[in-house]
Amino acid sequence: MKFKTFFWFVAPSVFMMLLFIAAPLVSVFIQSFQVTQPVMQQIEVETCTPGFLTQTCTTEMKTVPTIDEETGKTITTTSWVGFQSYANVLQMDKVWEAISSGAVGDILQIDFWKALRFTLMFTLLTLPLVIGVGLMIALAVNNAAKAFKGPIIFVSLLPFIITPVIGSLSIYWLFVGDGILTATLERWTGQDIAMFAQAWTIELLMYFYRVWHVAPFAFVIFYAGLQTVNMDTLESAIIDGASRFERLRYVIVPHLMPLIIFIALIHLMDCYRTFEEIVGFRSQAHVISLQWLTYDFMVPDDAGNRAISRASASAMLTMIGIVVLLILPLRRTWRDHKGGAH
Amino acid sequence: MSKATAQPLSLKVASGAFLAFWCLLAAFPIVWIAVMSVKSPRDAFAASAWDVITGPATRAAGTGLSIIDIVLGLAFLFFAIRWAFTGLPKLVERFSPPGLIVVGWLVGAAVFGLAFVLVFFGILPPVFGVINSILGPIGEPIIGLTTEHYQAVWGENQFYRNFMNSMIVTAGVVLISLTVGTLAGYGLARSGSNLAFWLLILALVFRALPHSVLVAGYLPWFINSAEILRPIFGDLSPTLYGQPWAVIAVLVSINQPFTIWMLRSFFQNIPSELDEAARVDGCSHFQAFRRVIMPVMWPGVITTGLFSFLLGYNDFLVTSLLLDAQNQTMVPAIAGYFNRETTTTDQVEAVAAAVSITAPLFLLVMVFQRQIVSGLTAGAVKG
Repeated sequence: MKFKTFFWFVAPSVFMMLLFIAAPLVSVFIQSFQVTQPVMQQIEVETCTPGFLTQTCTTEMKTVPTIDEETGKTITTTSWVGFQSYANVLQMDKVWEAISSGAVGDILQIDFWKALRFTLMFTLLTLPLVIGVGLMIALAVNNAAKAFKGPIIFVSLLPFIITPVIGSLSIYWLFVGDGILTATLERWTGQDIAMFAQAWTIELLMYFYRVWHVAPFAFVIFYAGLQTVNMDTLESAIIDGASRFERLRYVIVPHLMPLIIFIALIHLMDCYRTFEEIVGFRSQAHVISLQWLTYDFMVPDDAGNRAISRASASAMLTMIGIVVLLILPLRRTWRDHKGGAH
Repeated sequence: MSKATAQPLSLKVASGAFLAFWCLLAAFPIVWIAVMSVKSPRDAFAASAWDVITGPATRAAGTGLSIIDIVLGLAFLFFAIRWAFTGLPKLVERFSPPGLIVVGWLVGAAVFGLAFVLVFFGILPPVFGVINSILGPIGEPIIGLTTEHYQAVWGENQFYRNFMNSMIVTAGVVLISLTVGTLAGYGLARSGSNLAFWLLILALVFRALPHSVLVAGYLPWFINSAEILRPIFGDLSPTLYGQPWAVIAVLVSINQPFTIWMLRSFFQNIPSELDEAARVDGCSHFQAFRRVIMPVMWPGVITTGLFSFLLGYNDFLVTSLLLDAQNQTMVPAIAGYFNRETTTTDQVEAVAAAVSITAPLFLLVMVFQRQIVSGLTAGAVKG
């Protein structure tokens, strides 16, 4: 295909990606070094309260935002502040204080570090669980009678396809104060259980939700991979006296290896931007994720202001994380490409 | 299967039990919120599971299903679904104009859905009511069931507005993503150049970006777009914040990396001899694409369309930050429910709204199960 034809085929798609993905990245990068604030002015305000005989009047100086006479909007200025926003997000002074005073655990009280700890732990802990559970379901379905396979795949797809916020809400409602599973657990153990009062129980539910939500995806891919396992290799393994587990370990798993890497890659990407769980489980007081932190900066506060510069700084930090996570898999792809495996 | 690969009974039982357990786990939360949504608040959050299922308080309030209702209702449901898979396709094929079978299906599905809702929720309840009152004791309700929460959500709270917004955003995302994505996917599949490879890698990197990073880039521009664009468009320049079409453009772009990867792997499966033959006969690349490739690309396009639909429909982050309250879509709108969720009635209404959001997805899996599975595997096994 000639370059010119190729160009016209991909132009609309590339244009959209440049305009709405690449350009915002540049914009976020610049914003993270700037702060936009309303221009404040001091005005003298006289307030009078009715009193006996005469009014009691006091004058005081108030700081209010300047309003443009024509448009009726507040005037804002934008100034370069260097790494100020990053410092606000990272709060390194508190981190050093915690380290020097010996209470390293205090670092996890700071929003950013709290979010980073959870996001990384969440991503790395659910990864083996998703692959393990997905593989187990795939092997079991492969074993099942033909008539059951269709319905089982249908039921398995439900957790995958459900809106993430709704999925986490549906589990939230099972465990909320008077939810059915909390009530059952309380009856069994005979003590009061509050799943949403402390961080670790919420985190457990989040791990459960994520595995429930993503395992079907791994299952479907592994199941497709199992259909192409070389039967001859399997049979020769049996002749060589390989046990069932050895066959799984030395024949099936190596065959599925590219799929495992694919799922791991997708899972790293998706899990690193975990966000909906925080909304669904309403856990912002206990557990937050990096993407939720950025989101929270962008939501207008009570005065209607959005902390765009801090959001940009936290967004840039989030991005550095994903680049670090993906650098190994991408280098591998690059080597494969150079090696002509393309 | 040979004797050597035959499995001992214990293994078979264990794998069967594991599957049964997984199915229960997969379906339980979803089924349970569906059950909760049709019960009075007291039953929905009752301590015993049996009470939640049978709903004594709901039954005491006078709303429920008798045996007759259940039997006749299930029979109607069975025949309606069977007809949707047997009678409906024939009707659609007979009446849709040639070449526009997709439009025919859209109209057919919409009409069927509307008729089903009308009959099932409009005509059957009063008819059953008459039958129940004639039959006396057998007509007594045995399972509590009430639709009051759905009425509150869709009627008083005007959830249908959010539904319409969701439909506008999703339809826009699917249509534009597919148009732009098929062209790019085809170009990438047929060009073996280094540039194509680097574009794909770049798309992979873009796919990994957290959406909040991008939204942080849009927000200031979208809010102030009227002033920024004034020198170009004059007084017509729009404020992009709160505009559904701006959100559509954003979601399409976010979805592009995934779409072009998936469509590329589908196009690679279409033998390139096909368009080469057309080129030999004197077609340009675009003509070859339109006349030879387009007729055979629909399975891949439908599958990719499904995933675009899911992205647009399920999105919370982008729509909640870039749309305002007037044109909010369904998923962020539900956040409004649990912010004011103070009484148990509010909670059950939120449950009913959640079930309303899930129902279309349920139908989607039912109709398109095969396409979803093929889409999931296409990227992995061949890519």
